[in-house]
Amino acid sequence: MNGPDVKPDVKPDVKPSVAPGVRFGQVSFVWRPLLVFVTLLLAAATFLVFCVSIGVGDFPIGLSRVIATILGRGERVDEFVVMDLRMPRALAGLVVGIALGVSGAITQSIARNPLASPDILGVTGGASAVSVFLVTVSGGTATAIVSSVGLSAAALLGGLGTGLLVYFLAWRRGVDGFRLILIGISVSAVMEAITTWLLVTADIRDVAKAQAWLVGSLDNRSWGEVRIALWCTLVLLVVVASVAFQFKPMHFGDEIAAGLGVRYSMVRAVLLLCAVLLAAAAVSAAGPVPFVALVAPQVAMRLARCPTPPMVASGLVGALLLIGADLVARTALPISLPVGVVTAAIGGPFLVYLLVRANLR
Amino acid sequence: MAAQHIAEVEAGVGDTSRLAAKGVTVGYGGRIVIDELDVAIPPGVITTVIGPNGCGKSTLLRTLSRLLKPTRGTVVLDGDDIVKLRTRDVAKKLGLLPQAPVAPEGLTVSDLVARGRHPHQSWLRQWSSDDVAVVERALAMTGVSDLADRPVDSLSGGQRQRVWISMTLAQGTDLLLLDEPTTYLDLAHAIDVLDLVDDLHESGCTVVMVLHDLNLATRYSDNLVVMREGAILAQGHPRDVITAELLHEAFGLRAKVIDDPVGDRPLIVPIGRTHVQLG
Repeated sequence: MNGPDVKPDVKPDVKPSVAPGVRFGQVSFVWRPLLVFVTLLLAAATFLVFCVSIGVGDFPIGLSRVIATILGRGERVDEFVVMDLRMPRALAGLVVGIALGVSGAITQSIARNPLASPDILGVTGGASAVSVFLVTVSGGTATAIVSSVGLSAAALLGGLGTGLLVYFLAWRRGVDGFRLILIGISVSAVMEAITTWLLVTADIRDVAKAQAWLVGSLDNRSWGEVRIALWCTLVLLVVVASVAFQFKPMHFGDEIAAGLGVRYSMVRAVLLLCAVLLAAAAVSAAGPVPFVALVAPQVAMRLARCPTPPMVASGLVGALLLIGADLVARTALPISLPVGVVTAAIGGPFLVYLLVRANLR
Repeated sequence: MAAQHIAEVEAGVGDTSRLAAKGVTVGYGGRIVIDELDVAIPPGVITTVIGPNGCGKSTLLRTLSRLLKPTRGTVVLDGDDIVKLRTRDVAKKLGLLPQAPVAPEGLTVSDLVARGRHPHQSWLRQWSSDDVAVVERALAMTGVSDLADRPVDSLSGGQRQRVWISMTLAQGTDLLLLDEPTTYLDLAHAIDVLDLVDDLHESGCTVVMVLHDLNLATRYSDNLVVMREGAILAQGHPRDVITAELLHEAFGLRAKVIDDPVGDRPLIVPIGRTHVQLG
């Protein structure tokens, strides 16, 4: 082993406790039992809530029947309801929740700030502006876009475009976390202004439609919309997983990361692009659902007692939160509400709690 | 041996240094900070760069460690142009500790030190038994083994700095670059950290430090590099370099240089306007 030799009078009998590892031949990972346990528990809980969410509706289906149908051993009438009617909505909830959770974890890790969320990267603002434009503005360009690409895809591209705009505006010999947040908030504000103007000048019936979309909802999701989000999310999760190891030293800042051999500009650019795309995919499928991306990584961090947001657990908490909120929105109240209302009701107080904690320190 | 080597370097004879800057010009956005500078870091000794604020000492350290790219000239590490090497390969040879490093809240000491193994790890090999052994040794060498499970932010400034040095040690390099390792520490902890750095150099490390405190630099280095306005004013053993004339030229400081009563180095006594009795 290269490096300096141990001095003779160093106490050899104090054995420091370093993290245990799990090893198979040359492959080795750090063993963090609490994180593994919490992640598995979250996965199980998410699956459970997913199935319960499918079972709820005008034609209630018990939990065991839902699970049987998913495994391909259900009755035909159940199969129609579960797979064709209810699955798109439930799957949308799952995919959007995971995408928002992971996107939030990435954004908070890069910004090194628990108050960061993909919203401040301008993605949700941009996607919203594009969607509202296409819904409220009639005329050649709008209908052409909607018929060729589809509303969801257009929203995704709008979100992606805005995210890239923010990144390039924030770039000056590299991207600083702080400047990224400032520019992101400014661009988001501009997008919000555009959206408001569109709403003010639009036909009242179109406004109602646009408003419904802007709250964030899983109602009436078709397979087409879910499919885009699903494939995007899967591909992006693979990319994030392959880059995640290189990201670990970046929690200490660019200089130490560079000192440890990380090409931090490239890693950060790739991860930010993934965060933007994940958020854009989520918004294209469910509209700008508030607070999930902010809350999920923080909850996951606290549950697993991690110093930084854990990727997989954040995604699962996001899914659990979204599907759970949708369940509550549909069942717990006398009228059915869009899921965005419930996530705002949970997320708002949580944000206040985070702000208070940050101020007290 | 160190003195002989330094003499050789100054005479231009024998280039046995592992790290050197040759004709290096570095600037930030049009403003040149270091202009055509040559410096060779002698192996196995502690080199300290001192100079007034804004002289470019931090810039020089960051250029030597590849954080900054020179607009002209090259930095040579083991015979290769450092800019052409892969970042990972540089990380295996050179350990850098920047000023005021920050760790995420709640991170434990052993996890922070373990992160120092990153240049030797990969996606599939994230925690080999070699890594474990090196981290345990790094913790023992800086004397923080009994703090391994504690969160880094619960430690005192001095302990925290030892932990960061431990992380740089875990990288397994014998070239250590430390940017102002004692600036935010009180004197007792600063002495503590510098004693540790001296221990490390005794076991074979080459250390390059930037220090603010002139007397600490004088006591703990074998090779002083005095900078002013982006150029090297003087270089050599503290006994040869530290004179009242040099201090005035480099820092604009009026001072008396005496023998350190507890050591074998010069001691700088600053002379101000008030509270001074000149005999």
